[in-house]
Amino acid sequence: MKGIWTKISVFVLMICTLLPQAVMAAGEKADLVVIVADTRGLTGILHAWGTLYNESHLYFSLLTIVLIPVIGLLFGTIADIVMKTIGIDLEHRELSEH
Amino acid sequence: MDWLYVLMPISGVTIFWPGLIILGVGVGIIGGFFGMGGAWMVTPGLNILGFPMAFAIGTDIAHMAGKSLISTMRHGKFGNVDYKLGFIMLVGTVVGFEVGAQMIMWLERLGNVEIIVRLLYLVLLGLIAWMVFSDVSKKRKKDREARAKGHEVDALSTGIEWHKTLHKIKLAPMIHFKAAGITCTAWLPIAISFFTGWLAGILGIGGGLIRMPALLYLLGCPTHVAVGTDLFEVMISGLYGAFTYTMKGRTELVAAIIMLVGAAIGAQIGTVATKYIKGYGIRIAFGLAVVGCALSIILKLLAKELPAYATLLNNSSTTLVLGLVFCMSLYITVKMVQGARAEIAAAKNK
Repeated sequence: MKGIWTKISVFVLMICTLLPQAVMAAGEKADLVVIVADTRGLTGILHAWGTLYNESHLYFSLLTIVLIPVIGLLFGTIADIVMKTIGIDLEHRELSEH
Repeated sequence: MDWLYVLMPISGVTIFWPGLIILGVGVGIIGGFFGMGGAWMVTPGLNILGFPMAFAIGTDIAHMAGKSLISTMRHGKFGNVDYKLGFIMLVGTVVGFEVGAQMIMWLERLGNVEIIVRLLYLVLLGLIAWMVFSDVSKKRKKDREARAKGHEVDALSTGIEWHKTLHKIKLAPMIHFKAAGITCTAWLPIAISFFTGWLAGILGIGGGLIRMPALLYLLGCPTHVAVGTDLFEVMISGLYGAFTYTMKGRTELVAAIIMLVGAAIGAQIGTVATKYIKGYGIRIAFGLAVVGCALSIILKLLAKELPAYATLLNNSSTTLVLGLVFCMSLYITVKMVQGARAEIAAAKNK
């Protein structure tokens, strides 16, 4: 049993180590067709965002998929507070029909 | 009026940001109410606002993931999300989607399949619309017959009951889905999700439009649970789609965030409206949305066949889709406000 777990752990570690390399390799080949952000007209956070995109697609993508749920959660919670303030019951719903 | 426009850092286009918020509100309402991502509504809207098509699709998927998360949170609190069912279906959806996507790439190497795909999509939409309206008609007939016999109308009765036949398959392991209130073989949701995922992969769509009726008619989920569980799936597939599109440099997160401001409000309105509109009301509205989607595709197909009228037909298609979004959003909002008013008044009287 211990042997199986060791093999699985080694396999997972190998995937984690090799996969980003594979992704990077694919990224380099695709560089020819990928659009480069023109950051000259940008300032502040938009400039930083454009620069991050130009520097690393992988980190840019990872940050994007982390930011989307976080922002969704934040806006959802704010909207929740507003709805509750209005007086709408957000916890219960009669499930009486199909 | 320069402050009304924002320069998008990746695509380099300048966009009218209040337009993004309005679009976000509209699709948020419809998505939260029907349980779908609504790419067929958002993409033409973003295109009109000035996004190149490739960016429109990627940005739509990114905003869809966030919007579905907001709606899933709300539906989850109402008890409308069957997480066990969602996770099981996710397996079939992912595998089916990949098989479908690979199959379409193989077909593309053989020749141009775009017209066939669009026609298949149309047939499918026609079938879904027929299922929905036939279901509504059968349900009404049952209710009429019950009233004629002097019986009480069964609120839980449904028109089409294919799921009852499918539930007779007793293949181990049998699973009970608490929120959906159904017990069936685990292979049934896996097979259904594989099939819907495969279709979505072939058609190049998110799949909410197909999964929602499949959950209703093949699995037998109550309407509200079908909506909530479908949104849960859209959320996860949306995140995966956002990652792949961003890796290709086709996502404009700034636009997605602006849209999310509107979608956060819209998704709440759409989701809360499901409290006040009965299951069959949702099904009828869903059927109308499917018809609208089918008509827009017919117009786009005609535009390709009749190049002389291409501009007119393409514009008509976009107007139809955005008009549909506006009308449905208005209807859902009015129903939600009416319901909320009645609820608040009732709470005050207690």
